[in-house]
Amino acid sequence: MVKRIVVGAHYGSGDWLAQRITAVVMAVYTLLILGIALYKGGIDYAVWQQLFSGTAFRVATLLFALALLWHAWIGMRDVWMDYIKPAGMRLTLEVLTVVVLLGYAAWLVQILWGQSK
Amino acid sequence: MTKPRPVYLNLVQIRLPIPGIVSILHRLSGAALFLVGIPLSLYALQGSLLSAASYDKLAAALTHPLGKLVLIGLIWAYLHHLCAGIRFLLLDLHQGIELKPARQSSVIVIVASLALTLIVGARLW
Repeated sequence: MVKRIVVGAHYGSGDWLAQRITAVVMAVYTLLILGIALYKGGIDYAVWQQLFSGTAFRVATLLFALALLWHAWIGMRDVWMDYIKPAGMRLTLEVLTVVVLLGYAAWLVQILWGQSK
Repeated sequence: MTKPRPVYLNLVQIRLPIPGIVSILHRLSGAALFLVGIPLSLYALQGSLLSAASYDKLAAALTHPLGKLVLIGLIWAYLHHLCAGIRFLLLDLHQGIELKPARQSSVIVIVASLALTLIVGARLW
């Protein structure tokens, strides 16, 4: 029987693939931003404000953020697993990581859609 | 007979090969982006979209030497993580997995991310 550890690397191949797919999503978004900056010949407040007033760009930014959230979760969990041996402390750090990442996501939604423009 | 084997647990004594340096920098830059990069980016995004005045205030803060140092450090962390990540994706696809090209691509990652950081920094200021 496979011995499963709650704070171990349980379902590795799925995470491995997710890490790579989310990385590609973020790389594409990075190129998009670079392309916009080059196309506009630099970014000032007017360009920036107009960019983020469009729903398409807000959704693209949210997709980037969700990819980042997932990517950072897998990466930070790997770091905790490599360096933190006591299971209790590892679990605590993993839970903190999830809470912080979800907080970041909520903050971004508030920035993108919460402020009246 | 058991031979005494060297144990290199002293970080100062460990000599990492270049691919190892790229690997540990990938991890360090990732952790830095999570701990510092994401919250600062969100804070900056919020300020940059709030009003023209807060946008200018933010831009002014980023011309302060300390602001510059943090920004250029985070830009390097992002670019190194991106370049090293592309290299890892290529290795996953079995591109350049022999020792020699693997070393060469490690050097390319270090040089390219530093060069891109300089270019972005030069464009910003």
